[in-house]
Amino acid sequence: MCIVCGCGTSSVEEKSALGMQHDHHHSHGVVHAHNDGHAQGHDHFHQVEHGNNANVASVASIDFGTGAAGLSISGVSEARLIRMERDVRSRNDEHARRNRSRLAETGTLALNLLSSPGSGKTSLLVRTIYALKDRFSISVIEGDQRTSNDADRIRATGAPAVQINTGKGCHLDAHMVEHGISRLNLENGGILFIENVGNLVCPASFDLGEESKIVVLSVTEGEDKPLKYPEAFAAAELLLLNKADLLPHLDFDVGLCLANALKINPDLQTLVVSAKTGEGLPAFHAWLEGRSARAASAQSRPAKAEK
Amino acid sequence: MHEMALTASLVELIEIESQKQSFSRVLVVRLDIGALGGVDPEAIRFCFEASARRGILDSARLEIRIIPGKGWCVDCAKPVEVFDRFDACPECGGCNVRATGGDDIRIRDLEVE
Repeated sequence: MCIVCGCGTSSVEEKSALGMQHDHHHSHGVVHAHNDGHAQGHDHFHQVEHGNNANVASVASIDFGTGAAGLSISGVSEARLIRMERDVRSRNDEHARRNRSRLAETGTLALNLLSSPGSGKTSLLVRTIYALKDRFSISVIEGDQRTSNDADRIRATGAPAVQINTGKGCHLDAHMVEHGISRLNLENGGILFIENVGNLVCPASFDLGEESKIVVLSVTEGEDKPLKYPEAFAAAELLLLNKADLLPHLDFDVGLCLANALKINPDLQTLVVSAKTGEGLPAFHAWLEGRSARAASAQSRPAKAEK
Repeated sequence: MHEMALTASLVELIEIESQKQSFSRVLVVRLDIGALGGVDPEAIRFCFEASARRGILDSARLEIRIIPGKGWCVDCAKPVEVFDRFDACPECGGCNVRATGGDDIRIRDLEVE
């Protein structure tokens, strides 16, 4: 288990000794509770949930006299307050930053694909790789709980693929992707697709260091999916509405679905495509070419300052 | 259930802090959860009970505060507070609100001994 990201029993295919190190950056002071201006206040919007201990009746005041010891004596062990102000995702985000700068070094366009299972992410990638492989160096990181089926399908196209099995994990995190990237020889100006675990919820919350997220939805799933699972649609830059070839057999309302998606994210770009027939894919490939050119040109400019 | 991964991250940050600041027991963990972060406070609480009840956190109390999301109402042209991505502007009642923040999950402070 990786305790950095709590990624459970995740494993990266083709294990090797990596000697990865997790940097630890912290800066926060110790503040003794009784001196601390901890009066953040109970504003009307706060839903503070108190446990069953009575010694801290309010976050606005901390009284050592009511603590476990019942008194406070200088030099004797007693409760103290430590300010942390640390984002719980900060460990993930450190890895994401490293991934981002590594990708920028090679001018690689990295895209994180989110969708529910079975929407056709891998089929879209296979078709896209066949269409673009003469013009772009394309690599794929595949995330699934188990099996290397998807990576096998990608490799059959001739493109390199790394399969990450998350075990019980419901999403890829930046640390897993860092391992995945280290196994790929990224070529200048190439494209890296990161196919996330099929799950329209959790993957939306984790930055992997990608340039942007693409959400894939299929027309067999229902027009209200963007409303039911808004996070993925809010985080994405592009929506691919897949399996358009099935539309004649369904009651699916494309306009309603796209309107729902735009309600969640007014800046979302949308394309209706079919991985089976190729409908709409030239527009997606043109989008990729434009984004790739931008990523490659960013590489030739002086490196941006990392926060 | 990405809350489990977040809880594991939370526990690890606190364990690292315990070594740096030399404390052996955490009494209270105060957590701020942004309303737009896609994180369910009850799920965090469940995962905390299920996975953090050992070592320095054995008897720690978890206090969760919900921080409202930040939005920008395009019609009012001003920042507003929202609790959901669907929320209408609290000022004008319109739906032309873009989420601009309030999606993080943050350890505010710890009470330790």
